[in-house]
Amino acid sequence: MKKFQLLFTAVIAVALMASCGNAGKDKAASNEKAKTITGAGATFPQPFYNKIFKSYTKEKGLLVTYGGIGSGGGIRSLKDKIVDFGASDAFLNDKKLADMPGEVLHVPTCLGAVVAAYNLPGKPELKFTPELMEGVFMGKITNWSDAKIAAVNPDVKLPDMEITVVYRSDGSGTTFIFSDYMSKVSAEWKEKIGAGKALKWPVGIGAKGNPGVAGTISQTEGAIGYIGSEYAFAMGIPVASIQNKAGNFIHPSVESVSASAKGEMPADTRVSLTNTDAVDGYPISSFTWLILYKEQNYNDRSADQAAQTIKLIEWVVSPEAQKETTKVHYAPLPEAAVAKAKAVLNKVTYNGKALK
Amino acid sequence: MNSEKIFKYLLVGSGILMVLIALGIVATLFVGSIPSFKEFGFGFLFSTEWDPTEGRETYGALPFIIGTLLTSILALIITFPFAFSISLFLGEYFKNGALPSFLRSVVDLLAGIPSVVYGLWGFYALKPLVAELGLNAQGFGIFTSSVILAIMIIPYASSLGAEVISMVPGSLKEAAYSLGATRFEVVKNVIVPNAGSGIFAGYILALGRAIGETMAVTMLIGNSNNMPSGIFDLGNTMASLIANQFGEAEGLKYTSLIEIGLILFVITGIVNYIGKLIMKKLSA
Repeated sequence: MKKFQLLFTAVIAVALMASCGNAGKDKAASNEKAKTITGAGATFPQPFYNKIFKSYTKEKGLLVTYGGIGSGGGIRSLKDKIVDFGASDAFLNDKKLADMPGEVLHVPTCLGAVVAAYNLPGKPELKFTPELMEGVFMGKITNWSDAKIAAVNPDVKLPDMEITVVYRSDGSGTTFIFSDYMSKVSAEWKEKIGAGKALKWPVGIGAKGNPGVAGTISQTEGAIGYIGSEYAFAMGIPVASIQNKAGNFIHPSVESVSASAKGEMPADTRVSLTNTDAVDGYPISSFTWLILYKEQNYNDRSADQAAQTIKLIEWVVSPEAQKETTKVHYAPLPEAAVAKAKAVLNKVTYNGKALK
Repeated sequence: MNSEKIFKYLLVGSGILMVLIALGIVATLFVGSIPSFKEFGFGFLFSTEWDPTEGRETYGALPFIIGTLLTSILALIITFPFAFSISLFLGEYFKNGALPSFLRSVVDLLAGIPSVVYGLWGFYALKPLVAELGLNAQGFGIFTSSVILAIMIIPYASSLGAEVISMVPGSLKEAAYSLGATRFEVVKNVIVPNAGSGIFAGYILALGRAIGETMAVTMLIGNSNNMPSGIFDLGNTMASLIANQFGEAEGLKYTSLIEIGLILFVITGIVNYIGKLIMKKLSA
C-alpha cells in the first residue's frame, strides 16, 4: 500500500513538474520565432482560406492552420486568446466589441453572397422582387402558380405546385446574411422574424449546412431555399435573379457580388452590404472578415508571432491572394476595400508601439 | 507489493475513474445550465417556444422532449416484431447452420454502419418513398426518422434476446414437449416467461440508443422547432437540436442547449432505471 502511494505521489509530482515546465516555456517565448499561426472561425470562407493558407505555408515555410468552427466559435476563440486571429461572417456589433477583453480590428478578406436556389421542372430562370422573397419565405405565397410570382415572371410557365421552403437548421452566417437582407427590405420580416444566425421560421424544412439545404432542394420538387453562393456556383444549381435597391434584377455572379461593395465604407470596415445602393450590385452580398486584437502582445505572444500574423493578413488582401478568390467562387475585394483593410492593419501595435 | 494487489488497485482505480467521469459530466451540464434555469425556471420544460431572435429570446424544451420520445418509442414499436422474430429465429428455431450465421452477421453489420450512412440512405431512398405513399408532402418528419431508427436499433433489440432465448434450459422445453405442447405453446409458455427479462433488457438498450441518435435523425426529421402536430409532421429531437445549434450558439441559447443536454441525460437515466425495475419484476 505504501509503495502504491509512493508511486501515485511520484506520478502526480511528474505531472505537476511537466505543467510548470510548460508555463516556464511560455514566459520565455516572448523572444521566440513564430512557428505556426493559428486561426479559427467562419466556415463560409473556409475553402478560400484553406487554399491560400496552404500556398502561404508552402511558399513562406510558416505553418498556418485554420479551424472552420463557425463564426461564433471564432469570436469565442479570440476572446479566450487562444488564436492569432479569428474569422467571422458577421462583423461584431458595438455590444459584442465592448464584451471583448481588448480592442478588436476587422479586416475584410473577400466577398460572398447568399442565393435563392429552387427546384422546378424545366429549370426556368426566375426573377424575384423583395416583396416576392418576403411572401415566399414567410409562407404567405404557398403555390408556384400564384399570380404574384407570375406578374414578375411573365415569360415563365409556372406549375401548380406547392412551395416548400428550405432553411438552415444549424446556426450559420449564411442565415445571418439572408435574414439581414430580408429585415432591410421587409418591415414585417424585421418585426416577426428579425436577423440572426438562427431564426424562428414560420414555415419550411430545416437542413444542415449548405450541402443539406442544396440536397433537400434537389430532392424536393417545388422547393426553394437559400445557400452560400460559393456552394451554388460550384455545384451549378439554378438560382434566382433578385431585384436590388436601384430596381434592377441582378443575377448573382462573381462580378455582381464584387460590385455590391462599391459604396462608401467606414474606416473600421464594419459595413453591411445587403440591399446595396450599387446599381449593378447583387443585393444579398457580404464581406467576410478576419478579426484580431489591436494590441498584439497578449497571452505571452512573441513580437515575431505578432509580426508574422500581420504579414500573413496583409498577404491575404494582396493581389496575389485575392486572385485566388474566383477560383473557389468568391468575389475579390474591390481596391477601395483593400486600401481600407491595409489602413486597419497599420493600426496594430505590439506593447503599444506600431508594428509597422 | 505483489501483482495480485496491483491488479486489484488498477481495477478499483478504473472503477472509481468511471464514476468520477460520469459525475463530472453531470456536474458540467448542471453548472452550464444554471443561467438558463435562472431565466426560465421549470417553465423551460413545458414551454413550446424556441425563438432565438435577438431582443426577444425565449427557449423551451417541450417540442424537443416530445420529438425525442415520439421518435424513439415509435421506433421501438416498429422494430419490435422484427427484432423479436430474429431473436426467436436465431435463439430457438435455427441455432446453427449457414443461413442463421449469415443472418447473424447481417444483423451485426447493421450495428456497425455509421449513422450518417443510415441518414444518407434514408434521405435518398426512404424519404422519397414516404412522400410517394402520400404520408406527408416532402417525406421528412417524425415517422421517417422513426423508421430509420427502427432499422438502426434492430441489432441491439435482437442480439441480447437471441442470446437469452438460446440459454433457456433444454430440460424445461423438453418437459413441455413431453406434455404434448406445440412449438408455439413452448415459445409462449416456456421461452418468453423464462427469457423475458433478457429480451426486455435488449429493448431498453435499443430505446436508449434511439433516444440519443443524432445524425440520421437530423437528416430526416425536418428540423422544425415548432411543436409537432402528429407523427407525420416535421419535428426535432433534443440530440439533433444540440448538434445543429451548438456551433454558433452564445449567451442564453448556449446555456439553454446545455440544459437540453442535461434533460436528455436525465431522460436516458430514467429510461434505464425503469428498464431495470421492470427487469427485476420479470425475473422475480
